[in-house]
Amino acid sequence: MAAAAAGPGPGSGPGDSLERPEAEAPERRRKAHGMLKLYYGLSEGEAAGRPVGPDPLDPTDLNGAHFDPEVYLDKLRRECPLAQLMDSETDMVRQIRALDSDMQTLVYENYNKFISATDTIRKMKNDFRKMEDEMDRLATNMAVITEFSARISATLQDRHERITKLAGVHALLRKLQFLFELPSRLTKCVELGAYGQAVRYQGRARAVLQQYQHLPSFRAIQDDCQVITARLAQQLRQRFREGGSGAPEQAECVELLLALGEPAEELCEEFLAHARGRLEEELRSLEAELGPSPPAPDVLEFTDHGGSGFVGGLCQVAAAYQELFAAQGPAGAEKLAAFARELGSRYFALVEWRLAQEQGGGDNSLLVRALDRFHRRLRAPGALLAAAGLAEAATEIVERVARERLGHHLQGLQAAFLGCLTDVRQALAAPRMAGKEGPGLAELLANVASSILSHIKASLASVHLFTAKEVSFSNKPYFRGEFCSQGVREGLIVGFIRSMCQTAQSFCDSPGEKGGATPPALLLLLSRLCLDYETATISYILTLTDEQFLVQDQSPVTPVSTLCAEARETARRLLTHYVKVQGLVISQMLRKSVETRDWLSTLEPRNVRAVMKRVVEDTTAIDVQVGLLYEEGVRKAQSSDSSKRTFSVYSSSRQQGRYAPSYTPSAPMDTNLLSNIQKLFSERIDVFSPVEFNKVSVLTGIIKISLKTLLECVRLRTFGRFGLQQVQVDCHFLQLYLWRFVADEELVHLLLDEVVASAALRCPDPVPMEPSVVEVICERG
Amino acid sequence: MPAELEPGGHESPEDAASPAHALELLCHLDHAARGSTACVVWEPAGAGGRVISLADNHVLLWDLQESGSRAALASSASLEGKGQLKFTTGRWSPHHNCTQVATANDTAVRGWDTRTMSQIYCIENAHGQLVRDLDFNPNKQYYLASCGDDCRVKFWDTRNVSEPVKMLEEHSHWVWSVRYNHSHDQLVLTGSSDSRVVLSNMVSISSEPFGQLADDDDLSDQEERRPEEKSQEPPQDSVITTYEEHEDSVYAVDWSSADPWLFASLSYDGRLVINRVPRALKYHILL
Repeated sequence: MAAAAAGPGPGSGPGDSLERPEAEAPERRRKAHGMLKLYYGLSEGEAAGRPVGPDPLDPTDLNGAHFDPEVYLDKLRRECPLAQLMDSETDMVRQIRALDSDMQTLVYENYNKFISATDTIRKMKNDFRKMEDEMDRLATNMAVITEFSARISATLQDRHERITKLAGVHALLRKLQFLFELPSRLTKCVELGAYGQAVRYQGRARAVLQQYQHLPSFRAIQDDCQVITARLAQQLRQRFREGGSGAPEQAECVELLLALGEPAEELCEEFLAHARGRLEEELRSLEAELGPSPPAPDVLEFTDHGGSGFVGGLCQVAAAYQELFAAQGPAGAEKLAAFARELGSRYFALVEWRLAQEQGGGDNSLLVRALDRFHRRLRAPGALLAAAGLAEAATEIVERVARERLGHHLQGLQAAFLGCLTDVRQALAAPRMAGKEGPGLAELLANVASSILSHIKASLASVHLFTAKEVSFSNKPYFRGEFCSQGVREGLIVGFIRSMCQTAQSFCDSPGEKGGATPPALLLLLSRLCLDYETATISYILTLTDEQFLVQDQSPVTPVSTLCAEARETARRLLTHYVKVQGLVISQMLRKSVETRDWLSTLEPRNVRAVMKRVVEDTTAIDVQVGLLYEEGVRKAQSSDSSKRTFSVYSSSRQQGRYAPSYTPSAPMDTNLLSNIQKLFSERIDVFSPVEFNKVSVLTGIIKISLKTLLECVRLRTFGRFGLQQVQVDCHFLQLYLWRFVADEELVHLLLDEVVASAALRCPDPVPMEPSVVEVICERG
Repeated sequence: MPAELEPGGHESPEDAASPAHALELLCHLDHAARGSTACVVWEPAGAGGRVISLADNHVLLWDLQESGSRAALASSASLEGKGQLKFTTGRWSPHHNCTQVATANDTAVRGWDTRTMSQIYCIENAHGQLVRDLDFNPNKQYYLASCGDDCRVKFWDTRNVSEPVKMLEEHSHWVWSVRYNHSHDQLVLTGSSDSRVVLSNMVSISSEPFGQLADDDDLSDQEERRPEEKSQEPPQDSVITTYEEHEDSVYAVDWSSADPWLFASLSYDGRLVINRVPRALKYHILL
């Protein structure tokens, strides 16, 4: 304990020998490391800091830079029990040994490397010394070479100058010779007609002659040349003016004249004037083709002629002009553009006139081919003369024609639709063959639908030619976008469907409401047609259109649902109108029958009145008619034997009270109460309510209208006893036959009861007939 | 109308058994020879000494004597021609010094001058079916309302009868009666056999100026008023209320002659319903 306590002092106690290496080894090692690191540029701090734990300044840390053995031992001795001290001592001894052996191996391992490194450095030093000597030698050699080269060029200088002078003299002599020969050469060229050659010679000599004209000899030559050149120019002009030769030859003439220094302005005017003459000739021949009478050559031929004659000519002129007068700059180009614009517009006017004559015709393919050629031919001058805007104008014409075609097709479709309607009218109006039904409504409907569809398809196919790939203008933005979406889809298809709906709706609004000029069957058929359009056809047609014309335009288009809604609305209106018209027909019959009869003095009823039978017949006929086109629809479930029901109601109401007029003081409340109670349990009847798309609903609507009319008419009349009984019989008869047509037979019962009750109220002597008698009469009738 | 009541006079004697005042028969309009009477109308203003009666296809103008004890046939006219010529209803115009009468037969409406008993105008096919009732606008002398079996109410300018000025289609069955409010003629009442009474606000063809027109005089306010004006600019014709109290066909509607905001309707089942114009609308019109 004491030893351990006194241990800290160096060189004291048994712990010392152990302590020293323990404390020294890391110290030494750290020092060695530190030096190496210093050498290799690593800072001591970071090398030391690396292995240290949390606090590098902790003096008790064995591996720390500030390790203080005293403090450490002190701490150990103070804090640790003996056993732990012993342990730490052995541990430390073990560590020291391990470190010693590590160090030894490190030294052994690295010894060889140090040796070889030292050798290498020594060898390098020797080599560099050798290389330095060689470099010095090279420098001296180069200096010698430079000196030699300078000496050689100085020697040759003199001779070189002489040679150059001689060459200059030679060239001058050649030129002089050419000048002296020039007049004769020129004359020869002119005589031979080799104008090009002559112009070239003249061009070469001109500048020199100009320069030396103060020397008499040169002056003579120049004068000669000028005379000859003037003659040459005159001859060229003559050739140019004759004009008979083609455009290329003329172009050549102009080129030569230009080279002779003739004024370009004037030449350019003259050139254009000549070109104009030729092109006008072409235009005149085209105009002659148009003629006042129907044109003999078809439109394809016409555009071909125009294309090869006029447009070709214009191309040549433009190309030649641009080549010749390129030096003229923007003013010249402007002149040409104006020229092309003027002639082009005249050509376009002719073409448009011709195309307008084609509008009425039905054949799109020929027209499209003609337009294609027209457009294609104009692309060349369009490229040459961008400023004249010929290609744009051509595209515009094509677009205009396409739009007109669309309008034409729309009109065609509308006409076809109206034609279909006329056919249907005729078929409906045609007298039925005895014993043989005419074409059924369903068949007519199918005919109309298919014929309209085929017309639409034909129009689509024919319009589609405009966007065919091989047609030159089909990739113009108009034809890719607006034509497809706005033109074909919106203008043609949607426009047609809309106009169809409008046409159909116009039948509803016809002012002649009394029966109307429109046969009811037509209304029914149109209604079904519109309904079919709503359910299937519209979406089919639009899908077809969208597929055929891959619509890329982003502009908004009418959605299918809107069109469908319109068609449905039309169908509904038509059907409602049909119900009104048919209801009116039956109403008129009933009203006449009530109004024209003297109900006060009728005889006792023996029969159902003929008009009631007629009503039932007509209703049956309507039922059959509607049944051809519309589905049955749902009716309210009822007890099976409906015809018997009336009977009980009649008898029960009869038992409750007499049919007393309300103003009779004896029983003022009875009937009022009765009818009010009845009404409490029945819903209000909306007479002209909208109908649904089925047979039962249609029939219900018609019967409602008819019976309501009967009711109102009965209320305006006064009945005798037998009059009332006749009404009773009639109503029972209607009861027997009408219930089967309606959705809710309760409705018929209610209205008919109301009729009888109203008649009873309007009767001063209300004695109803025995129900059994009523039944017998009805069954007999 | 029951035929036997007609020759009796303006009030049927059988009904006169009310306790308050016994009605006494003053005179007969004697026209047995001319068929049954469809309609009798008093001169709406003036001395009240004249009566028009419509019998079959005759228009008869009667002059009642001072005492009212005798009626003399002053003049008459009759329709000749093909088709349905029986008059169904008639109406005496309160304008032009009471010299005009409008009558309806079948689908046509005709105007008559009582001084010459000649036809002034004729609206052929005024309605698709029978014309049921007529009424003159009490404040605009050329405006006439008609209704009929085509479920429509039409407003006519009798100076130009080729087209109706306005058309209402609110009912689902025959319209039996149409009445202008006596003082606020934008309020139009119609009764129909679909057992509904409809009160409409026909602002666009009324005699009253549009709301803000009255205010246009004070120019100083105009700038401030502008945004507000725009919002209330177009007065819309609209249905104010549909009254559905009746269980059966409504055959007659009329305004109270005492209170301009009160009206009554009578239906087949004997129910008389008295209603008021909605308060909000009343204030809107008044203020």
